[in-house]
Amino acid sequence: MTATVPAPAARRDLDETAAGKRAFDKKAVVPWLFLAPGLLLALVFKFWPMAKGIWLSFFDVRPFLGDRWIGLDNYTRVLTDHRFQDAIGHTLILGLGQAVGAIVLGFALALLLEGQARSLKILRTAVFLPAVTATAVVGELWRLMYYPTSDGLINSGLHFFGFGTVQFLDNPNIALYSTMAMGIWIWAPYNMVIFLAGLAGVDRSLYEAAAMDGVSLWQRLRYVTLPAIRPALMIVLTLATIRGLRVFTEVYVLTGGGPAGSTDVWMTRAYTLGFTRNDIGGASAASVVLLCVTLLLTVMVNHLRKRGEAR
Amino acid sequence: MSASVIDPVRPAAPDTPAGRNRQDRRTTPARFDTALGWNDRPGVAWGLRILLCLIALAIFAAPFLTIFSGAFTTHPSGSSLSFLPHDTTLSNFRVAGAQGMWDYLGNSLVIAGGGLLLQLAVCTLAAYALARHRFRGQALIMMLFMMTLMLPEEVIAIPLSLVLGDVPVVHLDLKGTVWGVILPLGAWGFSVMMLTEFMREIPDEIEEAARLDGVGELRMLWQIILPLCKPALGVAGVLGFIMIWDQYLLPLIAAKDPTDYTVTVALATLRTDPVVGSGVVLAGAVIALIPSLIVYLLLQRSLVTGIAAGATKG
Repeated sequence: MTATVPAPAARRDLDETAAGKRAFDKKAVVPWLFLAPGLLLALVFKFWPMAKGIWLSFFDVRPFLGDRWIGLDNYTRVLTDHRFQDAIGHTLILGLGQAVGAIVLGFALALLLEGQARSLKILRTAVFLPAVTATAVVGELWRLMYYPTSDGLINSGLHFFGFGTVQFLDNPNIALYSTMAMGIWIWAPYNMVIFLAGLAGVDRSLYEAAAMDGVSLWQRLRYVTLPAIRPALMIVLTLATIRGLRVFTEVYVLTGGGPAGSTDVWMTRAYTLGFTRNDIGGASAASVVLLCVTLLLTVMVNHLRKRGEAR
Repeated sequence: MSASVIDPVRPAAPDTPAGRNRQDRRTTPARFDTALGWNDRPGVAWGLRILLCLIALAIFAAPFLTIFSGAFTTHPSGSSLSFLPHDTTLSNFRVAGAQGMWDYLGNSLVIAGGGLLLQLAVCTLAAYALARHRFRGQALIMMLFMMTLMLPEEVIAIPLSLVLGDVPVVHLDLKGTVWGVILPLGAWGFSVMMLTEFMREIPDEIEEAARLDGVGELRMLWQIILPLCKPALGVAGVLGFIMIWDQYLLPLIAAKDPTDYTVTVALATLRTDPVVGSGVVLAGAVIALIPSLIVYLLLQRSLVTGIAAGATKG
């Protein structure tokens, strides 16, 4: 390019870049058009409420009087409230008990129902029913099974084996464990499916080799099967724990937090505070605390998992 | 039933050792097929397995029989709850209907149908952009959708109920309308992620060939990509339906008065009604149970695939 014809060349360059830029712009806009509905809905119905919740947690929310900034007062109030402190304990017992119970039982079910036979497949279909049934329906079902007189379904079973009548949902010492049993019943079949998928991936020749080495069934489970499904196990445990922290519907439908607050968990407590006592600020603070714990747990587990994979 | 029975345990692929040994099945006993080494020969282990299977069936499946038998029994209470109906009647359903259960079922079906359609459409569009386009901020957008999964309804319930009463900018009151339940269900991170994953697997050549023919973006998605995504759409559809049907808190806070309830929420109100007996509550439970049961029995293979995929991909 000589200096005698700079202008046209420059103009052509300019034109080309402009055209290129226009094409680039059009191309760049397309994905955002496709993303727009999802992002808009997530923004309005997820992230905006989240931000609003965090914002409100610093206020004394008074309808018609105007909100008053009170800093961390809601948080100290919620965290020092003994009913919330009890609720933390219940949430942890329920969440962990439910997670561990559902994993152990789910694994046992998977071991029992593993196989190719048609009858086993039909069995698996039937056993999985609790996991697809709406929690509210399950709650009504268990409420009737737990019927607290001697002619309740479970109680009449207990009678058959010579036990006395149990007030499953009305006895404050038992109600939490009755709720836990229902949670295990719901989630064990769900875990079973995940474990079955894990078991299907175990190399059959390892079992054969183990048999040649003369190991016992227990050793085979311990050293061949368990290591093979450990990734599935980790994920199931994490999901179950996070799910356990925010448990609401199960408890709300089955006991409503009663009797005497013995099954009150973190979210049922926050719900009562927000919707029946109209303490929006306090309920928001409680929700934010739970959100932080959940996020912390998720990040921690992801970190551990990455470290585990790197090793 | 044959094509639709839970089957996460696929036969081993031909190139795995188990598959290669298939000819030697007679010399390779069945006891290496399962972790516990079950086999079909009658014996102590076989008897034990049958016994344990029956117990599992009694614990996990039999309670559903009590729902049905109780719903068709005149006055089921405690002792008369059993696995087979006696004193058969349809009056429980009549009373449940008089309490508005069919209307609640209508609400539920509208919400489940509309919510699922919106969810599939929204998530498919987002997944298409994430899987088949490259743009600035892609990782961030993916993370935002993942965060919708980590933001459970329970945690944002209280501010969400305020938002539903007065949607920002447009100032609409969605409370008491089905939109109050449907719209918050639209962006579901799980479907976005699963569909994105699936659409990424589609070879570029197919897309390039279509582009040479002058196919635009929408037609590309509708006529080229979506037909190839049918299995993934099935999974997203079943899991989405079950997730929407299971909603409890959202319909509760989005309702203006009890007539807006879904059938699952109305079940609890039915129980607290002193006039109706447990037979009517069970009839309501049957009404709330049937749709998810139908979807499950028809499409369980998709469901199971989805759960397994969700668990292993994390």
